[in-house]
Amino acid sequence: MNLIKVYGSGCATCKKLEALCYDVLQETNINATVEKVTDIQEIMKTGILSTPGLEINGKMISHGKLPAKETPTRWIQENTNS
Amino acid sequence: MANYQQKKPLHDGFRKIQIADIMKTSRKIAALGLAIVVWIVLYTNLNLATDYVVDSLLGLDKGAHLTEAIRFFIYEVPKVLLLLTIVVFVVGIIRSWFSPEKTRKILAGKSLLAGNIMASMLGVVTPFCSCSAIPLFLGFVEAGVPLGVTFSFLIAAPMVNEIALVLLFGMFGWEIALLYMSTGLAIAIFAGFVIGKLKLERYVEDWVYKIKAGSHETVDEKITFSERIDTGIEAVKEIVAKVWVYIVIGIAVGAGIHGYVPENFMASLMGKSAWWSVPVSVLIGIPMYSNAAGIIPIVQALLEKGASLGTVLAFMMSVIGLSLPELIILRKVLKIQMLAVFVSVVGAGIVIVGYLFNFIF
Repeated sequence: MNLIKVYGSGCATCKKLEALCYDVLQETNINATVEKVTDIQEIMKTGILSTPGLEINGKMISHGKLPAKETPTRWIQENTNS
Repeated sequence: MANYQQKKPLHDGFRKIQIADIMKTSRKIAALGLAIVVWIVLYTNLNLATDYVVDSLLGLDKGAHLTEAIRFFIYEVPKVLLLLTIVVFVVGIIRSWFSPEKTRKILAGKSLLAGNIMASMLGVVTPFCSCSAIPLFLGFVEAGVPLGVTFSFLIAAPMVNEIALVLLFGMFGWEIALLYMSTGLAIAIFAGFVIGKLKLERYVEDWVYKIKAGSHETVDEKITFSERIDTGIEAVKEIVAKVWVYIVIGIAVGAGIHGYVPENFMASLMGKSAWWSVPVSVLIGIPMYSNAAGIIPIVQALLEKGASLGTVLAFMMSVIGLSLPELIILRKVLKIQMLAVFVSVVGAGIVIVGYLFNFIF
């Protein structure tokens, strides 16, 4: 099962990224669970300093920015298996 | 085996992508050049266009309060938005070379004074959003960046920002913009240094030091220049969309002051002779929260009506540099005593700068 994690303490950008993930999954028909991680301890464990962090199947792909829609689409396609 | 078979077509595809990428980049640069030409034509003709709209098209009474207020508004809104667009774009590209993770690596284990100086300057160019203040603070402290150095970064990052600089440059010229930047950096260095010297580590919330941060290999993503341009464009979309309302409101208030408030009205309130005006401006500015974009048009109007430069600068720094939302975020990691020290040290620095400028100019 594919697992996408969005790390962020609830700022506007983090919420947008989470919504973006759902959009992409729906459009690409990829099966994945999206999990929002808001606990600061958990965020710190990943070592990132800027939120939102986007982790796909255990790999931190990006952090600190809200990418345009095409980019996460590519990331999700490349890092998940159907 | 299956993996290997996949590799070859992928490689071919990669080459195609490379060629397509180069084509895309050159097209992008051409479009960019065109955009810059349009920008210059618009910017250099604003004065003419404004006069045409106000005097000929609307046929308003020259010199009347309302006319001058409208003229101010029609001229300033596009001017500020144009300046903002170009600077946010350029800064967006510059920032694509920096990240908080790289900054942390540079600052870890730095000695106090040198660390404060570097942290303040990195605060200007490192992309930073106040919503990331907590992970950034934790990450810095955990990696051994001294507390005082961390504060220099946290003070400089919001206070000396590209939006403030571009607006000051556009409205008052480069001297004032430079002045703001150097004094803002000085305050960040000074306040961080003092906080470091005071040894306030015990006033950081206890759980902060218990946090075990994982090590994140900062994979240096190879970014092509074309992607950096995209970053710049993204930054423009994001920031201009966020601040244009503040700019329009700020300029509207500024226009009102410009058109209606009598000359020298502010002299008695915010002029040099009113010695108390500097600390009072700073106190008023702390709970006020606005970004640079909203506050500077007001600042311009105040200056025009006889407020003194030092007082206005102090007010502006206090509004941008010390804000209630940021303090509330920081309260999660700092005990209230530490927060009080932070506000007083930064506030004192701003007051000193205010008096200094009132004295010099």
